[in-house]
Amino acid sequence: MTLLKRIWKTNLTLGFVQPILFLLGMGLGVGSLVDARTASSDALGGMGYLAFLAPALLATTAMLVGAFESTYPVLAGFKWEGTFDSMAATSLTTRQIVAGQLLWWATRVSLAVVGVTVVLVVVPDTRSWGLVPATLSAVLCGLSFSTTVGAYAATREYDQSFNYVQRFVVTPLFLFGGAFYPIEALPGILKPIAWVTPLWHGVELTRGFVLETIGFFAVLGHLAVLFAYITLGLYLCDRYFTRRLYR
Amino acid sequence: MGQQYRVAVLPIVSARGLTKKFDDFEAVRGIDFEIARGEAFGFLGPNGAGKSSTMRMIGCVSPVTSGTLRLFDLDPATSGKEIRARMGVVPQQDNLDSELTVFDNLVVYGRYFDIPRAECKSRARELLDFVQLSDRADSRVEPLSGGMKRRLTIARSLINQPELLLLDEPTTGLDPQARHILWDRLYRLKQQGVTLVLTTHYMDEAEQLCDRLVVMDGGRIVAEGSPRELIAQHSTREVLELRFPAGTNAERARSVTDLGERHEILPDRILVYADDGESVLHEVHARGLSPESALVRRSTLEDVFLRLTGRSLVD
Ligand SMILES: Nc1ncnc2c1ncn2[C@@H]1O[C@H](COP(=O)(O)OP(=O)(O)O)[C@@H](O)[C@H]1O
Ligand SMILES: [Mg+2]
Repeated sequence: MTLLKRIWKTNLTLGFVQPILFLLGMGLGVGSLVDARTASSDALGGMGYLAFLAPALLATTAMLVGAFESTYPVLAGFKWEGTFDSMAATSLTTRQIVAGQLLWWATRVSLAVVGVTVVLVVVPDTRSWGLVPATLSAVLCGLSFSTTVGAYAATREYDQSFNYVQRFVVTPLFLFGGAFYPIEALPGILKPIAWVTPLWHGVELTRGFVLETIGFFAVLGHLAVLFAYITLGLYLCDRYFTRRLYR
Repeated sequence: MGQQYRVAVLPIVSARGLTKKFDDFEAVRGIDFEIARGEAFGFLGPNGAGKSSTMRMIGCVSPVTSGTLRLFDLDPATSGKEIRARMGVVPQQDNLDSELTVFDNLVVYGRYFDIPRAECKSRARELLDFVQLSDRADSRVEPLSGGMKRRLTIARSLINQPELLLLDEPTTGLDPQARHILWDRLYRLKQQGVTLVLTTHYMDEAEQLCDRLVVMDGGRIVAEGSPRELIAQHSTREVLELRFPAGTNAERARSVTDLGERHEILPDRILVYADDGESVLHEVHARGLSPESALVRRSTLEDVFLRLTGRSLVD
């Protein structure tokens, strides 16, 4: 509960405002252009662009918040504030410290994603029960980033490193991860890259659930990838947190 | 060593050939020491002596490179969690949680030891009282002064009712009044039977607080004993400090080298070691030397350090 107090103090604008702006700007602006041309609309499977884009914002928001929460805040825990060091001196184990961190990430990501969900409930095109599993999938997508980026952050000395995460991971994925157009539109070599990134799997899940276009096995497959990322991330967190804290 | 004897005097901490390497740099170079239950034990040494590295090994947050270390007769490598549960740690840098209030800092920390919440709260209230911060319970951490933060960190380290308390430079950077408040609290803890282990580069702190201490320099222990023993062993009873006009120290020093038992020429003054400082001062005046100032004082651990290493503790 004391931890929850912390959460309310941190602002939610990153989670809330950005998707709304995107919905307005891209969904309505670009959407009206795209939808006006029937051929393009066919490429999206015959749906409106707004309906295509909006559910994906669950996953992109989860990625942005999930990745951010495991950069500066994690390095602060090791370096500027020493919160993790103070924990390491107690009877907590690294595993427990990482578990606490996972809970924290899950809370932060959920809050941001639920904000987007509320927006999608308001939009008629995306109002569906599919939003429930889509929201959960988005949280998993966010945690794939939190855990892996968090492990990376534990190996860093300086926060400049996070510019690379932003420039070479988060931003490219945001643009090329299938949120704004189907990755089939990407040139050949970029497609397999999109396949291995957690964002694409998150986008497929959120979009699939909301628009009810996804099959059972596809759901299983995408979830498996996200869980694999989270498992790997947690394993690496345990390893690198231990190395950093007990040296 | 007989079994009975071992149990009776089992040290709370013991180290043999304790070594810490960072890559190929040896920060602690094979030190031996034993700390008895109920004792206040100090590591005195200048910056970079290896005090914090030693403390982190004792605190079970830094693996021993070689040698043996035992706490409560347990091995940190295999029983770190159990040992940490019985120990309180005040690190060199305060690492309080700036997102929480003063009170919550204590409660949350107690939860890390699996202490029930209600118990944490009642202990937190008692501890805030003990460190005289009760009126700041609902304040955030940031506005607190350095001395208050340090006291809060000490309160936090006591939340698990530790048998052993580690303090890494407890008063560095604090003003004299804040230091005295802190010393007083630590003295009370000692009276309550808590074993104190502290590091410092202040000789007055070591003299005030420590029953026994080791002097560290360059990763090694260069002397060991009670403050009084160390002074008796490595220095004279008194010291005469002479100041001559700037730049003439070295020249004047030649005329006093035969006085006292020993002397040290520092950039700004000459120290003459003698059991009777006053009579040496008489002799200085009798020789017609007129120092700008002259002071007879008792020897301190600073003199011991100077003697052992040829350098001052605080640079
Ligand atoms: N994590 C580390 N990595 C590399 N060198 C270190 C590390 N911690 C301490 N040192 C080095 O070990 C030496 C002793 O440091 P420390 O134990 O902090 O001394 P003290 O606390 O007596 O000032 C210093 O030269 C310091 O630079
Ligand atoms: Mg130190």
